[in-house]
Amino acid sequence: MAEIQIKNVAKTFGAYQALHDINLTIQDQEFMVLLGASGCGKTTLLRIVAGLETATTGEVWIGGRRIDHLPPKDRGIAMVFQNYAVFPHLTVFENIGFGLRMQKLPNDEVKRRVERTAELMHIEQLLKRYSGELSGGQRQRVAVARALAMEPDVILMDEPLSNLDALLRMEMRAELKGVLAESNTTAIYVTHDQVEAMSMADRISVMHQGKIVQAASPIEVYRNPAAEFVAGFIGNPPMNFLPATPSGNGKWTVGGQDMNGPVSSETLKFAIRPEDLRPSETGLKATAKVVEPLGAHLLVTCDVEGALFRAVLDSDMTVKPGDVLTLAPQTDRVRWFNPETTLAVA
Amino acid sequence: MNARVLPYVLILPVTLFLCLFFLYPFLLVSKQAFSTGSGFTLDNFREVTSYWKFPTTLRNTFLLAAAVVPVQLALALLMATMVNKMQKGRDLILYVWTIPLGISDLAAGIIWLAIFEQSGFLNSMMNGLGIVDKPVNLLTFQNPGLVFLAIALAEIWRATAIMLVILVAGIGLIPKEYYEAAEVFGASPWKRFTRITLPLLRPSLQTALVLRVILAFEIFAVVAALGGTLFPVLMGETYAYQFDLLNSGAAAAMALIILAISIGFTLIILRLLRVPKGATI
Ligand SMILES: Nc1ncnc2c1ncn2[C@@H]1O[C@H](COP(=O)(O)OP(=O)(O)OP(=O)(O)O)[C@@H](O)[C@H]1O
Ligand SMILES: [Mg+2]
Repeated sequence: MAEIQIKNVAKTFGAYQALHDINLTIQDQEFMVLLGASGCGKTTLLRIVAGLETATTGEVWIGGRRIDHLPPKDRGIAMVFQNYAVFPHLTVFENIGFGLRMQKLPNDEVKRRVERTAELMHIEQLLKRYSGELSGGQRQRVAVARALAMEPDVILMDEPLSNLDALLRMEMRAELKGVLAESNTTAIYVTHDQVEAMSMADRISVMHQGKIVQAASPIEVYRNPAAEFVAGFIGNPPMNFLPATPSGNGKWTVGGQDMNGPVSSETLKFAIRPEDLRPSETGLKATAKVVEPLGAHLLVTCDVEGALFRAVLDSDMTVKPGDVLTLAPQTDRVRWFNPETTLAVA
Repeated sequence: MNARVLPYVLILPVTLFLCLFFLYPFLLVSKQAFSTGSGFTLDNFREVTSYWKFPTTLRNTFLLAAAVVPVQLALALLMATMVNKMQKGRDLILYVWTIPLGISDLAAGIIWLAIFEQSGFLNSMMNGLGIVDKPVNLLTFQNPGLVFLAIALAEIWRATAIMLVILVAGIGLIPKEYYEAAEVFGASPWKRFTRITLPLLRPSLQTALVLRVILAFEIFAVVAALGGTLFPVLMGETYAYQFDLLNSGAAAAMALIILAISIGFTLIILRLLRVPKGATI
């Protein structure tokens, strides 16, 4: 059992508060992705769990044991670094076996485990090479193998795929997920790539300015963003927002059209994903500005009463800049946000 | 100008300078060493190596190098690691530690003579503490061990900084991530030093050791100041051949022997601290 509990963790660097009161529980064997823009504190949080950084306040528990005062090696973790940190002076074999040697395991046990993990990561033919003789992708595999060879309870990964090209990244994504699922480890995976997060995670924690805004399954984060930030950050293109004025009794005026919504007397924001819009007889009047054929779809950037509005339409539609489209939002996909608190309204 | 020729044109002045003031004198010295006036001969080498003092000077030089260089290496590594861990005051400490670099070796010898001689600090201190009744002459032929110790101390004080500077630069080049990875994978601070710092520092260690070992075989002024004739070394004998005995052929032969030893040790150091292909940072 390696459930990770992060309790009230905060971190300040001098006067700068990098993390605010983080609370997060990661289930045993769960694959948790920390997702957020650059500088939001993902690496800092990961390093606090790893023991490379000390939290200013708060506690970290792994498997029911408080570990925030322990050195990294006693926490039952292994880590994959963003720049791999594959030791240049050691062969691939010795790199993968580094942690095992530090545990003073007998030679044949080291050999057995290094060879098994190397096979798992498909690098068994590289064992005699130095890291200077490897490609970026191979180095990345070595870094993962080195972590897996430890047979850790928890594996921590800091943007392990960010230095790879797009194709390799896609390939490694699937492979990594498979390997980790088989190894029964709990994983925390840091990335700023939402596609990576969506495709790999059991749950995503979206971070923003040192806080966790939402921690939920990928589909939940996508369908029901808990805050405007999440709605604008996840999805490509992101969610559309339009100001909505209440006309009483759950009736709203959005972009000059009448809509049904939550019962509220304050002004709210209406939100809809670009792919949840259909051309229709009635709906929002949108003037097309830019039309981008993306192969499978047509991305149309429009203007709805002065607000930027995007729609993803069927690629067989013909739309020219200047055309006025009538777009009907799929009613069960419409979301509402409170502009004061930026939180979603039920 | 043609891009292929340009680099050679640019290094021409330096090359000419080196040829004129280094290669040419070197050839002259070699010629002198291998001749006694009548064609090629090894007589000069035979003469200097069969002299009764030669084994002693050779042994002394090697002993001194063997005593001083490892201590300096250990000290320089320790100091470099400490400096590298510092956040504030790092530069100040480095400046202070490298002050001895700015002092000539003869001056360094004289400073340490002022400590060890009959009217020196050490004597006044021991006298004041009542360890001795009256100042004693420490650096005499009755105390060869003390003479050796004084010379070794002066050398360590004087020339550790040159290794320190090179090692500080080298340690600074090792990415922090390697240490963090090593820590996560269970390496203790000592293991991080032996498994990460030392191997990744090999290029700097090579440079520092080569420089230091060569200088150790050329030791002269410190020995002259502290030991006089009590502790003959190779360079001292070379000086004696040239200026006391006016035998420049023999002096040239001695100089070449020292050069050969230096080259030999350089090759050994380069070989021992070789970095395998593909294993650089
Ligand atoms: N050692 C430090 N000293 C001072 N400030 C720091 C330190 N480490 C991180 N920070 C600050 O804390 C904030 C969070 O940094 P962190 O590295 O966790 O971001 P991140 O989410 O991992 O970003 P990225 O996606 O760019 O890696 C940043 O604003 C950064 O400037
Ligand atoms: Mg980061």
